[in-house]
Amino acid sequence: MTSGPTPTGELNTIPRLLARNASVYGDKPAYREKEFGIWQSWNWKQVSEEINALALGLLDMGLNQGDHVAIIGRNRPYFYWAMVAIQSCGAVPVPLYRDAVAEEMAFVLDHCSARFVIAEDQEQVDKVLEVQEGLNMLEQVIYLDPRGMRKYDRSKLHDYKEVQAKGRASGLQAELDARLAVQDFDTTCVMLYTSGTTGRPKGVVLSNRNIVKSGQAVSEFDNLRVDDRVLAYLPMAWVGDFIFTVGQGYWTGFCVACPESPDTMQADLREIGPTYFFAPPRYFEGLLTNVMIRMEDASPMKQRMFKKYMDFAKEVGPKLLDGKPVTFGERMKYALGNILVYGPLKNTLGLSRTRVGYTAGEAIGPEIFDFYRSLGINLKQLYGQTEASVFVTVQPDGEVRADTVGVPAPGVELKISDTGEVFYRSPGAFVEYYKNPESTADTKDAEGWVATGDAGFIEKDSGHLRIIDRAKDVGKMADGKMFAPKYVENKLKFYPNILEAVVFGNEREKCCAFINIDLSSVGNWAERNNIAYSSYQELAGHPQVLSTVQEHVEAVNKSVAEDEMLSGCQIHRFCILHKQLDADDGELTRTQKVRRRIIEEKFKDIIDALYDGSEKISTETEVTYEDGRKGSIKATLELRDAKVFPTAAQRIAAE
Amino acid sequence: MTMAETYQTPDGRTIGGQVMEMKNITLRFGGVKAITDISFDIREGEIRAIIGPNGAGKSSMLNVMNGFYHPQEGEVWFHGKKRGPMKPHQIAKQGIARTFQNIALFSGMSTLDNIMTGRLTHMNTGILKQAMWWGPAEKEETENREVVEKVIDFLEIQTIRKTPVGRLPYGLQKRVELGRALAAEPKLLLLDEPMAGMNVEEKEDMSRFILDVNDEFGTTIALIEHDMGVVMDIADRVVVMDYGKKIGDGSPDEVRNNQDVIDAYLGVAHD
Repeated sequence: MTSGPTPTGELNTIPRLLARNASVYGDKPAYREKEFGIWQSWNWKQVSEEINALALGLLDMGLNQGDHVAIIGRNRPYFYWAMVAIQSCGAVPVPLYRDAVAEEMAFVLDHCSARFVIAEDQEQVDKVLEVQEGLNMLEQVIYLDPRGMRKYDRSKLHDYKEVQAKGRASGLQAELDARLAVQDFDTTCVMLYTSGTTGRPKGVVLSNRNIVKSGQAVSEFDNLRVDDRVLAYLPMAWVGDFIFTVGQGYWTGFCVACPESPDTMQADLREIGPTYFFAPPRYFEGLLTNVMIRMEDASPMKQRMFKKYMDFAKEVGPKLLDGKPVTFGERMKYALGNILVYGPLKNTLGLSRTRVGYTAGEAIGPEIFDFYRSLGINLKQLYGQTEASVFVTVQPDGEVRADTVGVPAPGVELKISDTGEVFYRSPGAFVEYYKNPESTADTKDAEGWVATGDAGFIEKDSGHLRIIDRAKDVGKMADGKMFAPKYVENKLKFYPNILEAVVFGNEREKCCAFINIDLSSVGNWAERNNIAYSSYQELAGHPQVLSTVQEHVEAVNKSVAEDEMLSGCQIHRFCILHKQLDADDGELTRTQKVRRRIIEEKFKDIIDALYDGSEKISTETEVTYEDGRKGSIKATLELRDAKVFPTAAQRIAAE
Repeated sequence: MTMAETYQTPDGRTIGGQVMEMKNITLRFGGVKAITDISFDIREGEIRAIIGPNGAGKSSMLNVMNGFYHPQEGEVWFHGKKRGPMKPHQIAKQGIARTFQNIALFSGMSTLDNIMTGRLTHMNTGILKQAMWWGPAEKEETENREVVEKVIDFLEIQTIRKTPVGRLPYGLQKRVELGRALAAEPKLLLLDEPMAGMNVEEKEDMSRFILDVNDEFGTTIALIEHDMGVVMDIADRVVVMDYGKKIGDGSPDEVRNNQDVIDAYLGVAHD
């Protein structure tokens, strides 16, 4: 290594971890990316050189300490390097969601007063230039992919590689070293904008202490090693991606692989075979739905074999993973199943090598969870948020269950307030919300306890945390019973036919629900039954689809009725929405969480119709297309009643 | 019109000298006159469109340009040389690549293999060496694969690299066909109705790719297209044909205001 920082002192910043990795693991692969059909690879030494060159280039362009630099792009090694290069200069990287529309982008760029933007390609640069007018702070844009950019005004646009080349020639190494030397645990490491289920996104400031300590704690918790490998495919603006690839990646020095394009992720996953894998429940659901659809098209022989061995695996697989006693015969049968079914299936899913897998963000259906665990994939749940540098609770090996989110992560303290809200205190707890002291004070108290905004309780026997719902969403029905919409919605979403559900009923007599069907699952059913449809809207209005969903709703009602505390949340009436809820229309967050208030306002006419007992409603809804144009769709929806069930106590009283 | 000097497009590109010149071309099929006495030129780096109503002789013109048809009268000059009748393999080697109005891909082969066929004229090793993947053949395949992968990256079709093209939707097949033509690294690219049968979004994508090909590789492009909106947006100069005759030639604005062109497209009242 000819240039770049040398390891000095404590490992308390990401750039120092980089220096450590370059000298200790110099020849080990640090990043891989598939390009031109081949996996390109960079070892830690090369990465250190690339980052150093970019940092020098940024210095050369006049980047100051404490500046914010926005990064807009998909998962590519170059952007991960950019984050560390920016940190090396003492500035703060701010990754943005690449599918954000221009106005969302404008808000964030303005709020953090970004002086520089590093963007992926023409599409992203165009978005930045479009909003540039109102942003006085924005000075320079650096792009990675020069394609189509020939005719742009050069004065403010720079090629990433040219910036690096200028940096190499700049002779500013001494200045960079000086800036690196003054950094410590309290230096800001990254600023991430929360997706904002309510209102405007907030900039969460995370220090090196937050990131390095969290990365270290959980890497040790799960015994991550330098020869582990992960696939980076989740949005770079999301805290999970940052912790897994940068926090844990730099701490352990494992290899981060980036897919060729967002669409080839599944194929690339198979080729890389990550040993450590994270995906939201939605991903696992989608994958399972795919497997089931493909199995339905398989030969009867294969179907029988699949069913037989999967039924067996459901009994034995989780026990084997948890190290519980299993008979010799069962072990042999499981080994046979591994050769015939589980092994090939895991290979197809790209999860053959996965030692540790995590899912978080939403509740995962017990059947989905058990499916993966029965295959022998060590899938676990964690509970976390941006403000905590992800980790609040995690499930230790051997204590994995579908209905809890685990025990406090190393170094995390938990408490439940009188109102049932979960609070934590941890080394990962964020510094502040940027330029928003009121929100900071609301969320984090003087002693460092952070409010999660989720209602939950700690199980007496196991010490595991269980989350019920968002604290602010938990309300009361008109008769005083508890109203926890997410609890019911999750039950509904466990059916493959239902993609999304929104339950209403706060301060009302009864609950009603909106349903979004899953187009791939219901569409496949329609194809097999020769039902023609031309759009989501048409399929969603099909009477047979309505009847199927009604069955699901009634089954959920039955199971909700079992729970004395939540029995008021049974769904009396429902409709299948004529459009899919979409982040572009503001109905979901960019991380695909439901924005309840906005949906409530937007579809007020339908909600009113659900409550006034009418059987049909005609409605018109504005939609935003991917390119930002607006249009509207009209529909007449059928509203249906669903059967509700008496609770156990009521049944006894009736007899 | 023989201009030796270069000219500037409104968006600031410099268009070079003549790449191809058609001089008084007449093409007959037996008694049917498909093309009557047409002359025009194509200049280096430009996007040249040929438009006209159905049966105007546009596709025949394209076939004359790439040497597939030999006109009964007139001359085709390519890179300053007059061109005589050619055999198909000679046609392929001259540096002109084309796509077809009706997709002509090998539907059972993967996208990758289909685009690889575009490299055929750049392969010199014998079939035996290739079959054994030995020595120069190995090196050659690696080089060709590199070009193909760049094309795949350029057209953003990595996802379908290994998919048989028969299973792809129409718009993507068109893109693969463009990929095969690009793989030949042509000096002149002929596109026969690249946007026929596409929806608006696919047309926008395809227009983007055509402009990018022209911009990134500096490839000269001649295209036939029905969609007037697209032609007027992306072409530098337009030739208008009707019943085998040239009725207009010039920039999109000039052509748009040409009375003969308006008559041909909208029809004229015969008294």
